[in-house]
Amino acid sequence: MEPVISSCNLAVRLGSKTVLEDISFNVNPGQMVGIIGPNGAGKTTLLRAILGLVSISAGELTVLGQPVSRINDQRNRIGYMPQRLLFERHFPLSVGDAVATGLLTRFTLLKQIKGIEQKVAEALTLVGMGKYRLTPFQELSGGQQQRILLARSLVRKPELLLLDEPNAGLDFPAQQQFTELLLQLHRQQNLTVVMVSHDLVSVAAIADSLVCIDQRMHLHGSPGEVLRSHELHDAYRCEFDYLSTAFQLEEERK
Amino acid sequence: MSELFSYSFMLRALVAAVLVGLLCSTLSFFVVLKKLSFLGAGISHTALGGIAIGLVCGLNPVLTGSIFAVGAAVSTGYLSRIGKVSEDTIIGVFYAFGMALGIALISTFKGYYPELFSLLFGNILAVSNQDLWLITIVSGVILLTLLLFFKELLAICFDEEMALAGGLPVNLIYMGLLAAIGLAIMISVQLVGVVLVAALIVVPGATGFRLSSNYRGMLMLTLFTGLLGSVGGLLLSYYFPIPPGAAIVLLMTALFILAMITRPILNSRRKDSELSENV
Repeated sequence: MEPVISSCNLAVRLGSKTVLEDISFNVNPGQMVGIIGPNGAGKTTLLRAILGLVSISAGELTVLGQPVSRINDQRNRIGYMPQRLLFERHFPLSVGDAVATGLLTRFTLLKQIKGIEQKVAEALTLVGMGKYRLTPFQELSGGQQQRILLARSLVRKPELLLLDEPNAGLDFPAQQQFTELLLQLHRQQNLTVVMVSHDLVSVAAIADSLVCIDQRMHLHGSPGEVLRSHELHDAYRCEFDYLSTAFQLEEERK
Repeated sequence: MSELFSYSFMLRALVAAVLVGLLCSTLSFFVVLKKLSFLGAGISHTALGGIAIGLVCGLNPVLTGSIFAVGAAVSTGYLSRIGKVSEDTIIGVFYAFGMALGIALISTFKGYYPELFSLLFGNILAVSNQDLWLITIVSGVILLTLLLFFKELLAICFDEEMALAGGLPVNLIYMGLLAAIGLAIMISVQLVGVVLVAALIVVPGATGFRLSSNYRGMLMLTLFTGLLGSVGGLLLSYYFPIPPGAAIVLLMTALFILAMITRPILNSRRKDSELSENV
């Protein structure tokens, strides 16, 4: 089975600074993979490298069977949800309009997009927000806005979904609801999901595997392996004993 | 009123007011959404350097000012994207440089520059047929381009990162928008002058943004404010002893203040009607 993402000794330099070095991992079809690491580890840069938004300076990176340099041909097959906290909360769009912006790609330039209404309605139904199509985006709660942004990333029916800190800025119930929705969609749609998060506990609870980076590769394995490893402590430069104990208890309970 | 339009200069001024009102308010929609308001103010003042070069060298000051304005706008966008300096900081530097260059040139080469006062404070009544053609062509090209790329521009204003991920030529479209703002500012200088032109690029959009939670409504209100402000200001200046440029900006600002006051009232009325519907 060909991996959806294959990274081999990947390095990224931004100006004179090496942001990522020697990053190797695979993501198989239908997997949910969490990318974790401390602040400034290069998690978002890795996601941007997968999207072809930053150039790689060494190594190999293939996405959906193609080298990342040819990502432009694959863009319709990739959904992306950037961080919600970077948005203008009062932007004057209705929910339907916000989702429809996800249909715009280099292929739609100067062209009329067909079936917008239907595609938007389907994406909103997927995230349980079908009745909010005409509601102003700015009137929604943080959790609801996050669902709308998820709908926007799904509107092109992608095979690969990339999420950047989807739980950032949400309270605990909203985080829980969003995580449940993500799991449900992952199973129903057989989506391959790559999620960047600094929330170790929530990402470990749902991911099939974790990639831990801190500018360079530290670990790649199942959540249990990663959370129990001393390499995790090295990456974060602190002790996580309570995490490995909690994870062990959880596994024993299962 | 009919007497008003019997003067050919007044007719030309009216057409110029409609065209510039339409152009600047359409750009104002994107300026406010992309938070480029200070860029609008900065470009107009930077253009003073170009205008002064034109005046002291005997070239067309609108042409040299346009080169400066477009150059400053595009350079600001480019430099902010390649470096770690924000657009506000870069335009802050250009703003001061353009003003200083303009003041230095005009005071060093002391001469008689009859156009200077018009370019600083605007003189819509002095718009010639040639100026009108220039305004029509520039407005037409910019408005047509904005129409063609409207949905892409809206998506870039909403979420640039997502637009990049979709493979849209974000940098090219953004630089095009900045160049259009620079050009629009320079052709509007003849109406309201360097000192006041930023208001045409900022106030209509700010008024629409304040009153509407939907981009279609915001665009309509922005166009309404821009057109009412420019045409209404011109008419006001005919009946009252106020220069047209100042009258246009004062009327637009009054509309913005009205929007600030009415928004909470509109909100509370809407909430009341929603409540009564639910009951």
